[in-house]
Amino acid sequence: MSVVVDAGTRLCVAGITGREGSFHTANNRRYGTNVVAGVTPGKGGQEADGVPVFDTFHAAVQETGANTAMVFVPPRFAADSILEAQDAGIETIVTITEGIPAHDELRVCAHLGRNPRVRLIGPNCPGVLSPGKANVGIIPAAFFREGNVGVVSRSGTLTYQIGNELAQRGLGNSSIVGIGGDPVPGSTFVDILELFEADEETELIVMAGEIGGDAEEQAAAYIADHVSKPVVGYIAGFTAPPGKTMGHAGAIVSGSQGTAAAKAEALERAGVRVGRTPTEVADFAVERAGGEATNTG
Amino acid sequence: MDLLEYQGKLLFARHGVPVPEGRPAGTVEEALAAADEIGYPCVVKAQVQIGGRGKLGGIRMAKDRDEARDHATAILGMDIRGFTVHEVWVERASEIAAEYYASIVFDRSARAPLVMLSTRGGMDIEQVAEEDPGAIAQLHVDPLLGFQDFHGRRLAFEARVDGDLVRPIGELLARLYDAFIAEEALLVEVNPLIVTPEREVRALDAKVTLDDNSLFRHPDNAALRNVSGEDPQEQMARERGLIYVKLDGDIGILGNGAGLVMSTLDVVAQAGGRPANFLDAGGGAKAEAITSAVEVILSNPKVKAVLFNIFGGITRGDEVARGLIEAFHQINPTVPFVVRLDGTNDEEGRRLLAEANLPNVHTAATMNAAAERVVELARGAMAEASA
Repeated sequence: MSVVVDAGTRLCVAGITGREGSFHTANNRRYGTNVVAGVTPGKGGQEADGVPVFDTFHAAVQETGANTAMVFVPPRFAADSILEAQDAGIETIVTITEGIPAHDELRVCAHLGRNPRVRLIGPNCPGVLSPGKANVGIIPAAFFREGNVGVVSRSGTLTYQIGNELAQRGLGNSSIVGIGGDPVPGSTFVDILELFEADEETELIVMAGEIGGDAEEQAAAYIADHVSKPVVGYIAGFTAPPGKTMGHAGAIVSGSQGTAAAKAEALERAGVRVGRTPTEVADFAVERAGGEATNTG
Repeated sequence: MDLLEYQGKLLFARHGVPVPEGRPAGTVEEALAAADEIGYPCVVKAQVQIGGRGKLGGIRMAKDRDEARDHATAILGMDIRGFTVHEVWVERASEIAAEYYASIVFDRSARAPLVMLSTRGGMDIEQVAEEDPGAIAQLHVDPLLGFQDFHGRRLAFEARVDGDLVRPIGELLARLYDAFIAEEALLVEVNPLIVTPEREVRALDAKVTLDDNSLFRHPDNAALRNVSGEDPQEQMARERGLIYVKLDGDIGILGNGAGLVMSTLDVVAQAGGRPANFLDAGGGAKAEAITSAVEVILSNPKVKAVLFNIFGGITRGDEVARGLIEAFHQINPTVPFVVRLDGTNDEEGRRLLAEANLPNVHTAATMNAAAERVVELARGAMAEASA
């Protein structure tokens, strides 16, 4: 088992003919991900590196049985692409695109929220990697191995950093899920914690948050009530200056101004061990997993 | 992008949110012409993107032409917490019977706009939120349904506004919601929202944050960017598509991805160093972006050493290496660099750097080692400078 993507994933890529889309699709295929189709309007009937391209998601789903979408199109077309994928019956949609207008995200999430079977990961995220099974997105898979630690993070590169440190200590991953850092994420920490809690392969959960918003505080409350597996946390931004806040309203919403210290405290109160550096997080994970550190470098 | 008060008020007015009559002015003459047109008494308000201007003399009432001249002369060019005043907003003076608060903000966790209303507006709304959260009525609006009349009524009744104001307040909130949606704002805030002795409601201040990602659909709003209030290095970075925040220290930082850059700042601070900036080269940064980023970092004269911390996913290590090599050809930096490179195409990137054999560029295998090394090098540079 693993979460979101696995050996049963049949992937359709929107933007497969673009520069980044083709580069990362090729990487995902090399890893063994079953990429069954691509969608680029006007290029239906062509092939991209051997993958059949369709004009619409509907045609792609009908012809190939695609069950997962990866969206790689430019920001102004991304919301439309997500909605098209959902309309065609795809239930797992991983959106890598960065810079989607926030109000587009708002409408998309409101619409998808009406169909609880549909799961959107991202936007502005690195995707999901289930080592040994499937890689959907831009996570450099060479740094991760199979194992029992589930990782969920708001930041792509921080996810790689932590995953890599775990691998250096001999810990592998059930799945690594990047939920993205946009104002309106398709999936939150809570959504992914719920999946890891139910996943038999996951024995330990590592979550990496950052300053701003209240997603980490919500996660802490959820962990206290619903998560039986050990959780190790990390929060980036302890030394960040109190930068450009969103007026008073932001503070009122979060109740704690979204500082790193407040988030770390909330998690610690919920029994989560919070590391102060990615390295310390990996050390704590080794302790909690009851294993030996194989490489402390 | 944050708008100035008057830009926000003009935006409100376009959507039917009532605001006091006013005119922007960049000179004393323009301010006087505006005041004559509006009539006296009027208020001269400094336009700067920082709070607390009232307490620092940035808002003054003029009862006649002489006072308007004095105030405009005093306020234009004034320094308010590091921001120079280049414009004033001259506004008809309002009589105030009560001060309310209204705002609409993105609520991440609810994935919906959150509308707030309170009868306890004015300066201390944050304190109200802390001490008496019940005094702020709040509700989420389904973005696919939009703001309904009942939303306005419910907020007004729950905030306990006077009965005769329930309709006009509801109407104002509906117009504010129109502005929030149509202009693709991340925040609209009115504090104070005033009630006049004639029982009219009006936005006496306006705080508007627009979504940079949607400005391509709003060319008029994109043109409002207030570059005079921006730090020159931050402006240079923005024009080059980089996210840069200037800090007080002496170690330049470049990374990819906001989370990793923030984490890098933390690790450098824990190693005893002080970061000079936050710079996120973004996802998929090409060589040119990296070269620009080095230029931006080194344009800060306090920088004594630079740390590159790259863990590539969409960013490719070879592009980062090419960018750094090109930067050395173009700018010929004199400060030491520490480079930590992992992820997509990292081996290729390290090979390119090794072949280029750049002077004073050190590599580190881990993030912690890189942070310790750059702190050492910055200290060394300091010792050398003081020797």
